[in-house]
Amino acid sequence: MIELIAEYWKPFLFSDGYSLTGLAMTLWLLVASIVMGFFLSLPLAILRTSRWGVLRWPVQLFTYVFRGTPLYIQLLICYSGIYGIAVVRSQPLLEAFFRDAMNCTLLAFTLNTCAYTVEIFAGAIRSIPYGEIEAAHAYGLSGWRLYLRLILPSALRRALPYYSNEVILMLHATSVAFTATIPDILKVARDANAATFMTFQAFGIAGLLYLALSFGLVGAFRLAEKRWLNFLGPAH
Amino acid sequence: MNKLTVENLFKRFGDNEVLKGVSLNAKAGDVVSMIGASGSGKSTMLRCINFLERADEGAIELDGERIVTRPGIGGMRVANPAQLQRLRTRLAMVFQHFNLWSHLTVLENIILAPCRVLGISRKAAEDSARAYLDKVGLPQRVADQYPAFLSGGQQQRVAIARALAVEPEILLFDEPTSALDPELVGEVLKVIQALAEEGRTMLMVTHEMGFARQVSTQVLFLHQGRVEEQGDATILDQPSSERLQQFLSGRLK
Repeated sequence: MIELIAEYWKPFLFSDGYSLTGLAMTLWLLVASIVMGFFLSLPLAILRTSRWGVLRWPVQLFTYVFRGTPLYIQLLICYSGIYGIAVVRSQPLLEAFFRDAMNCTLLAFTLNTCAYTVEIFAGAIRSIPYGEIEAAHAYGLSGWRLYLRLILPSALRRALPYYSNEVILMLHATSVAFTATIPDILKVARDANAATFMTFQAFGIAGLLYLALSFGLVGAFRLAEKRWLNFLGPAH
Repeated sequence: MNKLTVENLFKRFGDNEVLKGVSLNAKAGDVVSMIGASGSGKSTMLRCINFLERADEGAIELDGERIVTRPGIGGMRVANPAQLQRLRTRLAMVFQHFNLWSHLTVLENIILAPCRVLGISRKAAEDSARAYLDKVGLPQRVADQYPAFLSGGQQQRVAIARALAVEPEILLFDEPTSALDPELVGEVLKVIQALAEEGRTMLMVTHEMGFARQVSTQVLFLHQGRVEEQGDATILDQPSSERLQQFLSGRLK
């Protein structure tokens, strides 16, 4: 156990000497896909709650497809599937993008978390009491100003508990990245296992690292809820 | 000159004709009470005036300025969005269920429209917000609280402060005390009465007959989408129509 840690602590935490690995890589995958997914999901959530079907249906189809298929398959399609298409390889820009494992992984992760986040935010937008929207109309707020000043701030706060869940699930979902050769925590654990046959210890350490990250995320979201969710009143 | 003129409003919800040509004239300083049984159309009429509900036909004039509308599906629209926005800050609405923005503090609720719609600086808006809190009888410490932590009566007084903050020409009250516990009704009515005594122009849908008698310069009794009887507050004591007699004696629900 000690010799395993002595030899692999560095790759487990941040680097194998060549590139970002282990915990640092997992965090990067999580942060990059969550941040991009978040900003992408805001306009999509607004479209998802639109009165007009032409705006709503495409988003609904997108979230249906990405929530209805396993992330692993989405990653396989992004990483191997798309690159296998002749048209993609003949376009220099697409060829360069899809040749890179990191690009493919982040694309799959971002679209996946975006789909779930869209549904969470759309639900939160719908949960705003209609009277509050009506009051906003009555006081002359409309259009983008209504969204920017009232609907989005209110919805994002209401969504916090569900969104924190999505972030933690996404953390655990990043563990499929090793299948696309990304050296995340699990990839390092598999390498350590293959080299030492200390299977329990190698995967045990990986599990503890995920546990620690989850613990930190739960704590951070609890603070955020205290700060931004107490408007719901003393009963909460 | 009339402050507000409403001419011949019609409103249908599907097959149900809620307003069948109602009109009213209010001069500056008038307090107009709109009474009637539930379903008589009084709230709909109030809501049509600031276009929260779109009337099918009719005309509205504020300060002699006619609101230009065009017909559309679901009722008339204000032709010019800028005019609609201006109209809405000149008429401030106080709702039955307060409709405060729950994720904003009391102070943020009051300054939102002044800052974001009227373009007043935050500092100036905050100063006047605090003055309006005084005016509705709330202590300054509620300024940083969220509405959910206040009683219904306090929330409705915040809503009145929010309405005053846009410095409207006319205040619209839609059953302002109907959602309150009986012991909280008095504190809200007191604030409204003080505003009436200041000479503010107000339109009020209410079930509080005693209060209407006390503050109104004009009473409109609506029945089945029509103005059945109107006059000054004395019609509440000497109703001439049979319907109003029935309504006041509690036989018309």
